[in-house]
Amino acid sequence: MHELSLSSAIVNTVVKHAADRPVTVVYLRVGALRQVVSDTLEFYFEFVARGTVCQGARLDQELIPASLRCRGCEHEWAIEIPAFRCPQCAGSDVAIATGNEFEVESIEVEETRCIGQR
Amino acid sequence: MHRTKVRIVEDALDANNTIASANRADFDRAGVKVVNFMSAPGAGKTTLLERVVTSLPGLRVGVLEGDVEGSMDADRLAHLHIPVTQLNTGAGFGGECHLDANMVRSAIPALPLDEIDLLLVENVGNLVCPAEFRIGEDARVMVTAVTEGEDKPLKYPLMFRACELVIINKVDLLPHLDFDLEKLLYNIDAVHPDVDTIVLSARTGHGVDAWRDWLLRIATRAPVEAIA
Repeated sequence: MHELSLSSAIVNTVVKHAADRPVTVVYLRVGALRQVVSDTLEFYFEFVARGTVCQGARLDQELIPASLRCRGCEHEWAIEIPAFRCPQCAGSDVAIATGNEFEVESIEVEETRCIGQR
Repeated sequence: MHRTKVRIVEDALDANNTIASANRADFDRAGVKVVNFMSAPGAGKTTLLERVVTSLPGLRVGVLEGDVEGSMDADRLAHLHIPVTQLNTGAGFGGECHLDANMVRSAIPALPLDEIDLLLVENVGNLVCPAEFRIGEDARVMVTAVTEGEDKPLKYPLMFRACELVIINKVDLLPHLDFDLEKLLYNIDAVHPDVDTIVLSARTGHGVDAWRDWLLRIATRAPVEAIA
């Protein structure tokens, strides 16, 4: 259900950088730990994008798998279920190495005006 | 006409976090500590606030009530004679299901920051969205009730990881439920190892002292970095 709010956040971020140019693709990096449902995000994005430079843009989502690193014993491992204690030393001082991303990596825009070569 | 790729690399929630930092700076300047209080609807947030707000020695407490519609929770707190500010998210279709930094920013002028030391913010009941949106708080607390099932941490890891205290409420109902408290605590530890937990009943008062002590500790600790 947070996909609606997240869609608005994406559109706001893109609008800030698009400088009024129509956006054709939004490249998004989504970490597995963000609990984002891709189809739902796409659905809301299409809706929230209406009336903005993002209208009609494709949302390209790159899913980043989750991996953790234990600060105690340096062990690194990938997780597919939410288990954040180190399996090697049972330590709790565990950092998220990847999987927490929710970033607009880049956008593709249409240059509507002809820019002369200099 | 041609197409250009523009590199951005920006967290989509940066805009919210920037406003949250501004809120936090305002609260720090006023010497007010802020606790963001989150749970599913009906876990007992308002009752837990009622239990402690008038019994925190030396602390003047204010409450910011976040609700989609209405002021039922704020009305419930009226008899306590503390400053209560209502913040409704209802706008457009149905209203937002969480508080974000901008909504709290808009409520700041209505908050009596000079008259309080601790602001308890009761977020909209929801186990998903509030975890994503920082509001400029010093600490985040979530409440889960034993009527909700032992598997909640595994279903909502984002929320259980976004807080520094998990309150387990309604334990007075345990004799009537098929609920395994040890299993819940095990699941909480799996999702958020070493997070503070307090087992209590807001209804009977059992365990409420620990909740009060925790709030006192937060209210008196040195400021820590807001955005983790």
